[in-house]
Amino acid sequence: MEKTVNQKAWFLVLPVFLVVAFSAIIPMMTVVNYSLQDTFGNNQFFWNGVGWFKELLDPSTDLGGRFLASLGRNLIFSAIILAIEVPLGIVIALSMPRTGWQVAACLVILALPLLIPWNVVGTIWQIFGRPDIGLLGYTLNSLGIEYNYVSNAFDAWATVIVMDVWHWTSLVALLCYAGLKSIPDAYYQAAQIDGASRWAVFTAIQLPKMNRVLLIAVLLRFMDSFMIYTEPFVVTGGGPGNSTTFISIELVKIALGQFDLGKAAAMSLVYNLIILIVCWVFYTVMTNAGAARPVKEGAK
Amino acid sequence: MDSIAWMAWTLPTAIFFACIALTLTVMTWLAVAYPEVERFGILRIPTTRGDRLFISLILAAIIHLLWIGLVGTDTIATLPIGEEGFEVSSLWLATLISLGVAVAVFRTV
Repeated sequence: MEKTVNQKAWFLVLPVFLVVAFSAIIPMMTVVNYSLQDTFGNNQFFWNGVGWFKELLDPSTDLGGRFLASLGRNLIFSAIILAIEVPLGIVIALSMPRTGWQVAACLVILALPLLIPWNVVGTIWQIFGRPDIGLLGYTLNSLGIEYNYVSNAFDAWATVIVMDVWHWTSLVALLCYAGLKSIPDAYYQAAQIDGASRWAVFTAIQLPKMNRVLLIAVLLRFMDSFMIYTEPFVVTGGGPGNSTTFISIELVKIALGQFDLGKAAAMSLVYNLIILIVCWVFYTVMTNAGAARPVKEGAK
Repeated sequence: MDSIAWMAWTLPTAIFFACIALTLTVMTWLAVAYPEVERFGILRIPTTRGDRLFISLILAAIIHLLWIGLVGTDTIATLPIGEEGFEVSSLWLATLISLGVAVAVFRTV
């Protein structure tokens, strides 16, 4: 007897498809339409071909200069926070207790920053860093260290970075802690019998066993920091000057501030492409890391 | 049509999305009519036809953007269509390269 395959269950996906169509596909198509045209409002559009893309990719133009500068700032920001958060997260995870009530206490304390919404984090640090009423700003200035994130670009960067580290190191630490907890005791016993040093245990057992969770942590933090908007917008508003104007802030300025829909659409498509590529690499590496590869499966 | 005026449709973008929709429809039909197994290519990752299409589309986008940024979009020929003629942008060369890359991706990745 031949089995029939019933595909009617696919109709159950229809509501999701409709939701995605309204929330993602139709807006995306509209952005593509906008990126090739110019408008002065009132739904009147003028064909511009790939003009906006040409401008976007040419550093000598205003749009290209702003795009490449904010892209560069964003990449530097992501690199700095990764370089701080990943080692710090590992150290915190290694120094956390393994048993007893202290575990629960540590986990709750670590989870607290993760529960706070982005704009609230921004507001907390905006007030915390103020030289007149903020605890951090006032203390630093009282100690003779000139600190003002509104007027000094270095201070603004330091504030945004420290804020991100405060907000997200917990995520890395919790992921690493989960990775560490999954290492069986037998590994540590074997290391003890071999007389391995603390450093050898870290490099030969703990780090290799944590590589999957570290990969998740690095890629999650990269994507999040690459799309960062709310926190720096609340704290510095992209300033002083353009020093903390990251790519999403620049995008909103162009789209909503200047109402240059064509330029903003072209920029968001390129921005989207970069994120899409990173997501694909993330997904591919995640799903294939550690998977056994067939020895000879070149052809079907 | 006033209700979708905000979407700012143009003929070129409509043709572009129609091509994408057609490609997805053909790929869906292929998946139903000729089921396939994943294979390992030069990237050493398991890929299906859908994965290879995705990689090809992403590469096509990158190639077009690089072409616009590095080469430009000068007119390379004028076809005798209409009164003023139809100007062929050099960007079509990027499209041809993308098609070649897509063929290579489908055969090797």
